[in-house]
Amino acid sequence: MLLHEFLDRSNSRLPGKAALVCQGARVTYGELDARARALAASMAGRGVARGDRVVLFMDNSVELVVAIFATLRLGAVFVPVNPLTKRDKLTYILHDTEASAMVSSASLERQWAEPLAASASVRSCYIVGKSGCTDARCLPFPYAAGAPDVRDATTIDQDLAALIYTSGSTGDPKGVMLTHLNMVSASTSISTYLGLRESDVIGCALPLAFDYGLYQVLMAFQVGATVVLIESFTFPLAVMEGFARERITVFPGVPTMFAMLMDMAGLERVDLSTLRLVTNTAAALPEQHIARLRQRFPKATLFSMYGLTECKRVTYLPPDQLDTRPTSVGRGMPNEEVWLVDEAGRRLPNGSTGELVIRGSNVMRGYWRKPAETAQRLRPGPIPGEMVLYSGDVFRTDAEGWLYFVARKDDIIKSRGEKVSPREVENAIASLAGVREAAVVGVPDPVLGEAIKAYVVCNAGAHITERDVIRHCLARLESFMAPKQVEFVEELPVTDTGKVKKTALRAASQEKNVGADRIEGTAVPARELLRGR
Amino acid sequence: MEQIESKVRQFLRENFFVDDSEELQEDMSFMQTHLIDSTGFVELIAFVEESFGIEVRDEEMLPENLDSIASLKRYVTRKLNGRVSA
Repeated sequence: MLLHEFLDRSNSRLPGKAALVCQGARVTYGELDARARALAASMAGRGVARGDRVVLFMDNSVELVVAIFATLRLGAVFVPVNPLTKRDKLTYILHDTEASAMVSSASLERQWAEPLAASASVRSCYIVGKSGCTDARCLPFPYAAGAPDVRDATTIDQDLAALIYTSGSTGDPKGVMLTHLNMVSASTSISTYLGLRESDVIGCALPLAFDYGLYQVLMAFQVGATVVLIESFTFPLAVMEGFARERITVFPGVPTMFAMLMDMAGLERVDLSTLRLVTNTAAALPEQHIARLRQRFPKATLFSMYGLTECKRVTYLPPDQLDTRPTSVGRGMPNEEVWLVDEAGRRLPNGSTGELVIRGSNVMRGYWRKPAETAQRLRPGPIPGEMVLYSGDVFRTDAEGWLYFVARKDDIIKSRGEKVSPREVENAIASLAGVREAAVVGVPDPVLGEAIKAYVVCNAGAHITERDVIRHCLARLESFMAPKQVEFVEELPVTDTGKVKKTALRAASQEKNVGADRIEGTAVPARELLRGR
Repeated sequence: MEQIESKVRQFLRENFFVDDSEELQEDMSFMQTHLIDSTGFVELIAFVEESFGIEVRDEEMLPENLDSIASLKRYVTRKLNGRVSA
């Protein structure tokens, strides 16, 4: 089974059914298929072939979904890039993937123009909307009807379907290599335990560059359901009203989104009575949020889940266990085996604490062109020749084997459900004139999970403000990576070997952090918490 | 109206990454141009409340009130005249 056959199958069964509802348009499976044909035919004509990488730098849109399936039909590899990404990182990704094509929109030209100019590999750049770009490689996104169905017949499920970039502790983003088999397996396992069905309408406000968002579309197409795709969750009430009009039955979210909805005035007037499933992942939901979420959506079943891009999803908590063990992330999903190991890699019995290891067809093929990083995560499994995934996350199990998250083994920060590499932020801050050095830690935050806090040492005579640092970062990093707090210090605490003592910084920030206590104060609106310094 | 616009432009220039805020056309969506994301809107709302002495209610947190210089001007003016209903 190949990933794009999800669309083929639903199109052959349900050509007139709405596959996507997006920006006021209702697009049927048949129309989506025709649009994917048009783009695939154009890309093939410009030389995009099996194994080529196609970077998709776009907001959630019909065109993004079309581009995913057009790329797959050619046996090429799609690389979804968060539209919040700035020039430097896009340049890095175009270079790292040696992409032969890019698809983007005129609204993002400010960010892609320079990276495109710097890229020697990109031969075609499809642009949605009217662009003033004079680069000869730019061409309008095709909409022509009646294009031939151009496909690569040699693709098999061992071929790469996608590269999804994730933050690494070294500061350089890593491309997670996922095959058709990886993605079909993950989609099948998840849609099975969720019990997704053809009549479902999924309300997706998560970016498709985030695998959690991407799989909403994949799973919907697998079962022939409908996705209501929203660009962003910036105006939550407007989003939820839109979802109510479409009578959504499934609402996937992350804790930051749920925190924004908790106390939102006006939400009680929105009729979400058709909602039957609410899912959470990316970070754990605090217990009191689980209780309030169930009050908000009394008819919906809540799934707490845990995963990582390297294998998509790992565990889910069966909803009937939510009252008994609300803080557990559950157990491995169908067609997957998970266990804990000690430092020496020995398998641990129930009731232990150790690193979580994952075995299954959903486990990635490694990090794109990063063999050393791959070797840290993928190690030999029980059967000769097979590789299993060392998650880098420490869990404990109770006597019955239910899993509870304990900590990460590296210093990656999880903010707003996204992984943030402290090194990447530190590098950005260090490039600001007048900064001598910087260290970044995550501090507890009731809405973001962890907020980014930067400790900055300035050169003598430099006058830099907190806002200068934040603005500088916003220009270079995705906005969720920009620090929320900046503290100027004379020097950074270091260990005997000269490494910055992050634990000391975290401890210092927690002493001062008043915001963290306010999670209990549920009367405080989410926006007050978001703003809280 | 002019004063609202200049204050908003100054805020955008000082707080977000704008190459040149004069480039920002009045009806350009902050969200679609990626000038401001969800966290940024929270800051924008705080700024609007503080500088114009108004309260932005949850029900008023809508793109038609906040997502461009033109919509902010209309919204703040209506608020100051006491004529906003969500």
